[in-house]
Amino acid sequence: MAIYLNSDSKIIVQGMTGAEGMKHTQRMLAGGSNIVGGVNPRKAGETVSVEGRDLPVFGSVKEAMAATGANVSVIFVPPAFAKAAMIEAIDAEPPLAVAIPEGITVHDSASAWAYNVEKGKKTRIIGPNCPGIISPEQSNAGITPSNITGRGPIGLVSKSGTLTYQMMYELRDIGFSTAIGIGGDPVIGTTHIDALEAFEKDPETKAIVLIGEIGGDSEEKAADYISKHVTKPVVAYVAGFTAPEGKTMGHAGAIVSGSAGTAQAKKEAFEAVGVKVGKTPSETAQLMREIIGKL
Amino acid sequence: MDLFEYQARDLFEAYSVPVLAGRIADTPEEAEAAAREIGGTVVVKAQVKTGGRGKAGGVKVAHSPQEAKEKAAQILGLDIKGHIVKRVMVAQGADIDQEFYFSVLLDRSNRTFLSLCSVEGGMEIEQLAVERPDALAKIEISAVAGIDKAKALEIAKSARFPAELQDQVADVFVKLYEVFQKEDATLVEVNPLVLTKDGKILALDGKVSLDDNAEFRHEREEMERDELDPLEAKAKEMDLNYVKLDGEVGIIGNGAGLVMSTLDVVAYAGERHGGVKPANFLDIGGGASAEVMAAGLDVILNDEQVKSVFVNVFGGITACDAVANGIVGALNTLGDRATKPLIVRLDGNNVDEGRKILSDFAHPLVSLAETMDGGADEAARLAS
Repeated sequence: MAIYLNSDSKIIVQGMTGAEGMKHTQRMLAGGSNIVGGVNPRKAGETVSVEGRDLPVFGSVKEAMAATGANVSVIFVPPAFAKAAMIEAIDAEPPLAVAIPEGITVHDSASAWAYNVEKGKKTRIIGPNCPGIISPEQSNAGITPSNITGRGPIGLVSKSGTLTYQMMYELRDIGFSTAIGIGGDPVIGTTHIDALEAFEKDPETKAIVLIGEIGGDSEEKAADYISKHVTKPVVAYVAGFTAPEGKTMGHAGAIVSGSAGTAQAKKEAFEAVGVKVGKTPSETAQLMREIIGKL
Repeated sequence: MDLFEYQARDLFEAYSVPVLAGRIADTPEEAEAAAREIGGTVVVKAQVKTGGRGKAGGVKVAHSPQEAKEKAAQILGLDIKGHIVKRVMVAQGADIDQEFYFSVLLDRSNRTFLSLCSVEGGMEIEQLAVERPDALAKIEISAVAGIDKAKALEIAKSARFPAELQDQVADVFVKLYEVFQKEDATLVEVNPLVLTKDGKILALDGKVSLDDNAEFRHEREEMERDELDPLEAKAKEMDLNYVKLDGEVGIIGNGAGLVMSTLDVVAYAGERHGGVKPANFLDIGGGASAEVMAAGLDVILNDEQVKSVFVNVFGGITACDAVANGIVGALNTLGDRATKPLIVRLDGNNVDEGRKILSDFAHPLVSLAETMDGGADEAARLAS
């Protein structure tokens, strides 16, 4: 099992022939992902050889899906073109689309999301501005290093990319069912709650680590959701206690204005529903280790 | 980026949103000239990015150019909640009959846009939302459809504008949405939107926040003037994601989340070492090349407050050996300019190779930390 992505996933890459797309297609293949083709309207009909595999390039997501049976699209295009790429994916309706690029405007991501809602949310979008999703030893759709850790009982959902890697590394001896970086932008496709719901249903996942950071109210909503719907143990970590008010810390979403959205408010929301919050990433990993030890 | 009031006014004017004449002035003499140009009664307004200007004495009425000069002299240099007034706007006076409120913004929680509107303008919107929630209309705005005339009329009706004003304010709402959409804003707020005694609707004061990710679509260099701290400006020139803070431990890391986490861990460690704090936020991103590392170290070592530097990198896409080579390259580039101790913690891909490169380099200022917590503690100790 695992969530959203597994060994049956067939992946196409939008923007595969670009520098970033090529580099990560190669990495995903080397990590065991089943990449079946790419999309670039200007290079349709060509074939690209990567990691000993000949990958066909198609003119559109729709064509690529029809020809290959792909059910996942990973988007590697410059941010100025990401909205168009997301809308193309939404129109083709793969069950999962993962938008990696950083620097998409709020107006672009909000209109892509509004479009997905209008179309009945047939595609689950992860991102944008995220590392993607990995189900270790099964498949990797995104830029998470494939070799940090193996398959195991922990589910991880995180706003931050490098903290995802850090947490996987801290708990590498135990392993993960799936780790999702949902991204820290103000408008994202998959939320903490979506991942919690899926991990709750996934028999392979025995415990969940949730990583949040300042900005928005996704963590507060997740805490409320956990208290009502999640029976599996959850530990949380929140970054940004010392972030100054009104300053942007890299992620467009990581903006604090006033009290709502502060790391402290998020920590209190988790603790109020009995979710332990680590003070540092390593303390959080230790809390998870204790939980796994008791299972 | 948050705009100053005068920048918001200029944007509104460019989109035909009705505004009053306004001129900026950096000296009392310029304020006098501006008041003469505008004529009649003017209002001299401090240009600071914070609320509560009126109460702090940052907004004053002047009935003559001479008086505008005097008022400007009183306002320039004022400290309003930590913001020093460097510039005023001299604005034409208005005969106000009624004050309203309008905004359109990103509703992050619902992943859509939202318009807030009320016929009870003038007071702080947070206060209105708490004290008179019924008086505040909240209308969801689709990011695809936006605010057309029909939507604008719906907003005006929901906010209970009198029937005879609805059409007039709706036209202004449509234009304000144009500002929001075409300028890639995350907030456009008019408070107050006023009805003058001669029946005109005017945007009297505006707040606009622009999306920094949208810079590729807009020319904004002029607007950023006065915005950045000198170190931040230097970092921006080098495309570094840097925020200056008030502390002693310089921080370099990769990925926004990990760097924020590093700031927290250093602040906790600082509690044990004389209360030292992180000096900055600096995310060198996934690449972490020698050039970026050198540029980052250069900015941080130029911060006179900094006493030690903590480099905290998780080798993901860029493996630790590449990061270590980046540090070596940076220190070679900086030469004698590198004067403060560096604590380096590397984990992740090729961590052994990375640590070996730094051990072999044996630079007197560089020491390796085994863990993030340990590195933070050592960096805080050295800064105390």
